[in-house]
This record gives sequence, structure tokens and C-alpha cells, in this order.
Amino acid sequence: MAAVSAVLQSEWTKIRTVSSTVWTLASALIVTVGVGAALSAVFNSTFDDLSTAEKLTFDPTLVSFFGMTLGQLAMVVFGVLVVGTEYSSGMIRTSLAAVPQRATFLFSKIAVAGGLALLVGVVTSFLSFFLGQALLGEHRASIGDENVLRAVFGGGLYMGLIAIFSMGVAAMLRSSMLSLGILMPFFFLVSQILAAVPKAKEVAKYFPDQAGSKIMQVVPDALNTEKAPYGPWGGLGIMLLWVAAALIGGYLVLKKRDA
Amino acid sequence: MIEAVGLTKRYGAKTAVYNLSFQVRPGVVTGFLGPNGSGKSTTMRMILGLDRPTSGHVTIGGHPFRQLPNAPRQVGALLDAKAVHGGRSARSHLLSLAQLAGIPAQRVDEVLGVVGLQDVAKRRSKGFSLGMGQRLGIAAALLGDPQVLLFDEPVNGLDPEGILWVRNLMKKLAAEGRTVFVSSHLMSEMALTADHLIVIGRGQLLADMSVTDFISANSADFARVRTPQTEPAQREKLTTTLTEAGGQVMSEPDGALRVTGLPLPRISDLAHDAGVRLWELSPHQASLEEAYMRLTQGAVDYRSTDDRLAHLQAPLQPGQPGYGMPPQQPTAPEVSQQGWYAPPPPGQNPYAGTPQAPAQSPYAGAPQPPAQSPYATPQPSDTTKDAR
Repeated sequence: MAAVSAVLQSEWTKIRTVSSTVWTLASALIVTVGVGAALSAVFNSTFDDLSTAEKLTFDPTLVSFFGMTLGQLAMVVFGVLVVGTEYSSGMIRTSLAAVPQRATFLFSKIAVAGGLALLVGVVTSFLSFFLGQALLGEHRASIGDENVLRAVFGGGLYMGLIAIFSMGVAAMLRSSMLSLGILMPFFFLVSQILAAVPKAKEVAKYFPDQAGSKIMQVVPDALNTEKAPYGPWGGLGIMLLWVAAALIGGYLVLKKRDA
Repeated sequence: MIEAVGLTKRYGAKTAVYNLSFQVRPGVVTGFLGPNGSGKSTTMRMILGLDRPTSGHVTIGGHPFRQLPNAPRQVGALLDAKAVHGGRSARSHLLSLAQLAGIPAQRVDEVLGVVGLQDVAKRRSKGFSLGMGQRLGIAAALLGDPQVLLFDEPVNGLDPEGILWVRNLMKKLAAEGRTVFVSSHLMSEMALTADHLIVIGRGQLLADMSVTDFISANSADFARVRTPQTEPAQREKLTTTLTEAGGQVMSEPDGALRVTGLPLPRISDLAHDAGVRLWELSPHQASLEEAYMRLTQGAVDYRSTDDRLAHLQAPLQPGQPGYGMPPQQPTAPEVSQQGWYAPPPPGQNPYAGTPQAPAQSPYAGAPQPPAQSPYATPQPSDTTKDAR
């Protein structure tokens, strides 16, 4: 029985010795912070053009996180590659021959990669917040304001959970290409478009990204967006359910299928 | 010790491995042979717990693989040389595997030296040749100093020096008392490396015996006997004598005799008693490859025999629904010149195969009505006989 600590150490070696880890996580950080900063600056200069409703529900914290819409895609790529390359390279057979306990193998991998994604997510979130607020000028929020710290930490959790969700999906589909082909359009297009379509948006509210991103709102229904039937923590809870479902599905596939 | 009992694996309707039982013992190199698609890799994967058998079970040292305590220290395996993340260096790849089993990092550098990859240890394995990949896979198998080693096609892509090295490595590992199970397509290599053979075909066990037993059981050793070509009578006489003594005598195309069922000294004695001079009396022992071909083709794949005939007939078949012969048929004239047929009508070239040939052919009434050339029909069987 391979010890869990040994598997964790091995997975950490695997993660740190491929360059895709660095470039996916770095792009997640740079894109999120960069786009968030740019949009913060834009909102600051065009604040007067906003409608009254939008002005009333203006949420400077959320604005500084707008870059996550793009940055989360890099997190998806990170999550998919961590699991998917085991299959595409055939390494999975070597790995499973060394760690016949498949649950230990999968969850150690996800613990290491997920932990790293959460860490990078939180760092990204704080950087986005502080840089965004600095550019929002007089409309800025302070980290000490009510619920702001929750939103900033929540932003980090959101990014990490997106990566972990992707790992679960990749474990279910056993293919990097297939997973990316489904997840990228889903998060970038399908989810965003359905959220704007009447009727469909009632369903889209429960998508992992739509629900999870509520944690980043300090002002309820920020910027005059749709009312959600759940609060920030409720939204994160829905996202966690999605993540749990993906992980359980991934585990069952790994357990049942031949490698 | 690897022990398989009634191992069966079905993928849907297809049975990849059926009721396979064998033991791989320590101290010898056991070769694992079988044609492509016979279930070798599936069996190897089941041994390693990667595929779950539909029925039956396989154990290593008495435990199913998945229940082995610290599997990498007990079993080392090379399944696929390319099963490595191409972006990771050879050393990092081995390090990640070493850490799983609590093997110190110094051991990684040690095995890199053993397989001769120390100079490229820091390079990404993406740029490795197949041979370098094999070496990396062998390094991974050796990492935990395991008692049981499985190698799937380890010499694929290796240079002659590498093949020799693998051969000696296998023998050394077995001599140290380890269980070594090697699959290969290279029969000559197996003959030099393996002591024991397990042969499967279409997922079923065909043979489980030592290499020497396997060769003698699955090949027809024969003696080649040649009498002076100038004296056909002597050949006739010897044939009769040998047949009367209980041997089977077949004629080879060049006039030599192929004798089975009689030892060489006895053949010599019989020839001497009959007053027949011999120009050649040589033993012919089948190679492992011949024995293997015989076993896997004869016992399993009956279609192979048909295929062989089809191959020999192939030059005759194009555009020929009946028995006709295409015009430029290089072998046919030689055959018919041996006096199989009556001479063609004057002025007719029987080998031209011209369209008017059937009408003018003297063989028009023969039982092959559409035949454009009558020489085609006997020719294949004749050639086949010669080839045999």
C-alpha cells in the first residue's frame, strides 16, 4: 500500500517538473489581474455613464474580479492537463502499476494540484482586488469594508474550485482534448450566453461558474444583475456540489474502467 | 512467482484472453510469445492489476497485484516505452516514480547510469528515440530492485549493443533468483534469452515448456541427404532403402532428399549397406522461429495455411475469374517445358496467352472450358509441392 504521503510527494514532483504548470497558472494570474485592472480603470473613467440602478448597486470589489471570466479558462486548462496528460501520455499505466489503490492515486493528485490552484487563486484574487481598487479611484472599496474580505477570499476559492472541477471532468472523460473541447466553450460561451437568455437563465443560475461567482459580490445583485435565489455562500455551496459530483464521477470511472 | 489461474478477459463480445493458466517461476527468464493480438499485453496488464479479469485471477507471490504491499518494490514493469509525459525530464520522471515507493533519489541516478541515460537525464523525454524510451522504461522497472520483473517488448527499437545489453540484463536478473517475464516478437532473441516459454494464440495457452522442449516438440528435425546427381538410380535405391527402414523421405526441388524418422548414423549405415554414395548428409534443426511459426500457424490460425497458398497463387489471379493465365507469366513456361503437356499445335505459341488460344488449343475439351491456357491449373500445386 503506497503511503499517501509518498503519493503526494510524487504528485508534487510530477506537477513541478512540467512546464505547462507554470504557464497555465501564470496566465491565470496575469490574465485575471490584467483584465481586472483594465476594466477597473474603464469603470472608473466611465462611471458617470452608468445607469442609476447600476450606480446604486455598484460593486467595486466585483469589478476588480471581472478578469476571472478569462483567467478561469487558464485554470480550466491547468486542471484538465494535470489529469489528462496521464491518459494522453500513457503514464497512467505506469502510475497505477505503482499505486494500485486508485482512490489514493486520484485524490492525492487532486489534493496536490487543487491545493496549488487554490493557492494561486487566492494570490490572484488579492492582487486583482488591490490593483483594481487602486485604479477605481474614488469608487474604490477597502479590504476592511463589510463582506469584502469574504469576497476576496471567495474569488480565490472560486478559481481553485474551477480547476478542481476540471480535474474531475478530465478524470471522467480520460482525455485532455475532449475535456478542453467541452469545458472551454462551456465556461466561455454557453454558460455566459444562457445566463442572458430568458427561461434558460433560470437553469444557468445553477451552473457551477454562475453559482460560484456569487461569492465575489459584496453588494447583493451587484450592478443591477439578476436576483439569485441563493446567497454568496449558497452559491459557493452549489459550486461545491458540482465539484464533488465531478470528483466522484472521475473516481468511479477510474475505479471501474481498465487503465 | 507469477501465477495465473483460468484467466479470462472479454471486451464485449470479443474474448481477448480465454482460460489462461500458467506459472512464471523465479530464477529463469520466461519468454511470452504469441502473434499480434493474441492477448499478450492484455495478460500483462491483468498481471499488473490495470485490467480486471472477467474471470479467473492472477497473483504475484500469492497476492493479487492490487493488494501487494508497496508494489513498486516488489514488481517492476516496462509496458510501453512511450508511456511517459514528454515534457518531463528522464530524471524527474524516475524521481516521481521513486518517491511513490520511498526510494531515495540517489537510486534514480544509479539506474540512469545502469541504462546508460545519465547524459540525457535532464532532457525532456519528448526528444527521446524509441531505444532511449525503452532504456528509460527499463530504468523505471529496475528502480525498486524488485523480485518480479515484467517486460513487454523490451528490445523494440534498441541498437545491437542495446539488444545484447538487455539480453545479458535479463539473464543476470534471472540468475539472481528473480522472476523475469519477457514478451517479444523476435524469436531469435528469445531463443538466446529465454529458458522457458509460454506461448499463447488467440488468447489461449498453446505451450508452456522449456525452449529446447518447445523446439523439439514443435518442429520436424530432418536430415538432408544428397546422392550423386549423375546417378538417379542411386537416389531411387536409397529412397527405397530408407523407406523400408521406416523413414519418411521427401524429395527436395534440387534433387536432395529430406529424411525424417531416422537418425543420421543410421542413414549413413543404410546407404553404405545399399552401396549408395552420399554427397551430403547434414542435420537440419528447426530454429525457435520455425517451431513457433509451426505452432501458432498450424494449431491456431488455420487461415494462415490458406493465406500461404493464396500468396503463391497470387501472380496468377489478376483479372482471371476462371483458370486462364495472364499473358506475361514468367514461371509458367518453365513448368510446361518439363513435358507435362503435349506439344502445342504448329505455329502456335502456347505461352502467348492470346485471346484466340482457347479455340485453337488442343486442350479445349479438357475439364477447364474457359481456360485460356491449360498450363495454369497444374502449375500452382506443382510450385507448392516444390516449396514444401
